[in-house]
Amino acid sequence: MAKLILSMDGLVLKEIALTKERTTIGRKPHNDIQIDNLAVSGEHAVIVTILQDSFLEDLGSTNGTVVNGQPIKKHFLQNNDIIELGKYKLKYVNEAVAGQAKAADFEKTMVLRPGSVKAATPAPAAAAAPVAAPVAAAAAGGARNFSDTVAGQSATAAPVAPPKPAAVPQKNGALQLLSGANAGKELDLTKPLTTLGKPGVQVAVITRRPQGFFITHVEGVSFPVVNGKTLDAQAHSLNDHDVIELAGVKMEFFLKT
Amino acid sequence: MTLSGALAVASCTDPGMVRSHNEDSIASDGDQGLVVLADGMGGYNAGEVASGMATTVIITELQQLLEKRVPYEIDAHSGQLVAHQLLHEQIAKANTSIYQAAQSQPQYAGMGTTLVVALFYDNKMTVAHIGDSRMYRLRGGELRQVTKDHSLLQEQIDSGVITPQQARQSQNKNLVTRALGIDPIVEAEIHDYETQPEDIYLLCSDGLCDMVSDDDIGLALQTLSSNLKLCAQHLVQTANDNGGRDNISVILVRVLRDYPAPRSIVGKMMSWFK
Repeated sequence: MAKLILSMDGLVLKEIALTKERTTIGRKPHNDIQIDNLAVSGEHAVIVTILQDSFLEDLGSTNGTVVNGQPIKKHFLQNNDIIELGKYKLKYVNEAVAGQAKAADFEKTMVLRPGSVKAATPAPAAAAAPVAAPVAAAAAGGARNFSDTVAGQSATAAPVAPPKPAAVPQKNGALQLLSGANAGKELDLTKPLTTLGKPGVQVAVITRRPQGFFITHVEGVSFPVVNGKTLDAQAHSLNDHDVIELAGVKMEFFLKT
Repeated sequence: MTLSGALAVASCTDPGMVRSHNEDSIASDGDQGLVVLADGMGGYNAGEVASGMATTVIITELQQLLEKRVPYEIDAHSGQLVAHQLLHEQIAKANTSIYQAAQSQPQYAGMGTTLVVALFYDNKMTVAHIGDSRMYRLRGGELRQVTKDHSLLQEQIDSGVITPQQARQSQNKNLVTRALGIDPIVEAEIHDYETQPEDIYLLCSDGLCDMVSDDDIGLALQTLSSNLKLCAQHLVQTANDNGGRDNISVILVRVLRDYPAPRSIVGKMMSWFK
């Protein structure tokens, strides 16, 4: 259950559990959280709670609502957000996030049956009729293009990052070509997947994982050779200065510091 | 009717890094152009039972029915496309089986499952889904989500309460608004799509799309398209590397060539005169 901790000048005044669907904040006494201070409007803001999620909305207050230093109109509250109203601070704590053991239970898929959530919130209970055109949804959802093969660094600039605990190995890897027309050239292994070789002839892929870098055969009759040994179909862990032979080209894998 | 050689299919399913049980079930028959994925829910092993029942009922019944029924024809009685009719009927049958088992046996009470089924025929596919298991399509280097989740979050996105970006941060994940086996009657969402050679279709449980970004899914499909099995394993591995908090299942279908319906001469003549 999420809660708010009200404080002023670092002094905790009280804790408020967000049990209601609408928790109002303001100076007037009918508010769920009353803050008797002239900097706070009569009806200042409201927190709408839908199951485990809470949304803060400013109700057109005179002095505005600030979250983590930013003035907001509407805000999706995240664990440890600090809401500022004049001299007062409200810290948002979501126990479901804080307690990881409990969080595992929440991740079990459950069925939400129509009527089990009171639908007075902005969410219309559309459970019965969401048969919208999926094509339009896909278009609106923003198709992404992957045609760029070398420079696309999905991990660095992705605005929508999934939870990635330690998804990046400490060291960066790179390949230096030792033979062929491009001998001496370096290729940084920044992407989660980098393919090597000639499509239709021989292709291998280097995957970048939290544990390090791995090379795996993808297609072709011949398999890649690492340090003179031919690989099988399994992924092979790469060590600093391993020499890879693939489609007639020799290259050295090395870790960058 | 067989689609032998028109489709390449690969799949992979894994309990993930946290769960001891795998409540997902997958089944496929490339020659019949049939793929089924289900993500079960319910206490103890009930989730596995529900998803297992769903995939088994749907794949075995449809395999038999497709021996005599032609998916691209119109059913004389209902006026429906046979593909739609078959999917409607078999999904209803699976729903009834799971619902009755849940009603009659206390250890299965409340069990249910999501479902995504695709039937390929005549350069097309019909996709039916219930819940938050998804289908994606990679075409021309572009990844698109084909199905739209039946979930609280999707409804909130549709009504503008939260943005798709915020949905990634939500604590209300895994709340589906429709599931198979929960009520006596369920309505699947069914749509038809044209397919093209070189399209790659991904069916997955939320254990994949919650843990791996669309960008990384698209990159994997694009990069490893020549080795579907490896691609499926890579997707599961990436979800596990990112935490693997739920069961992870993927089915990949790659369209290798056109597969138009083998219509009779008379049928072709008829269509000329229409």
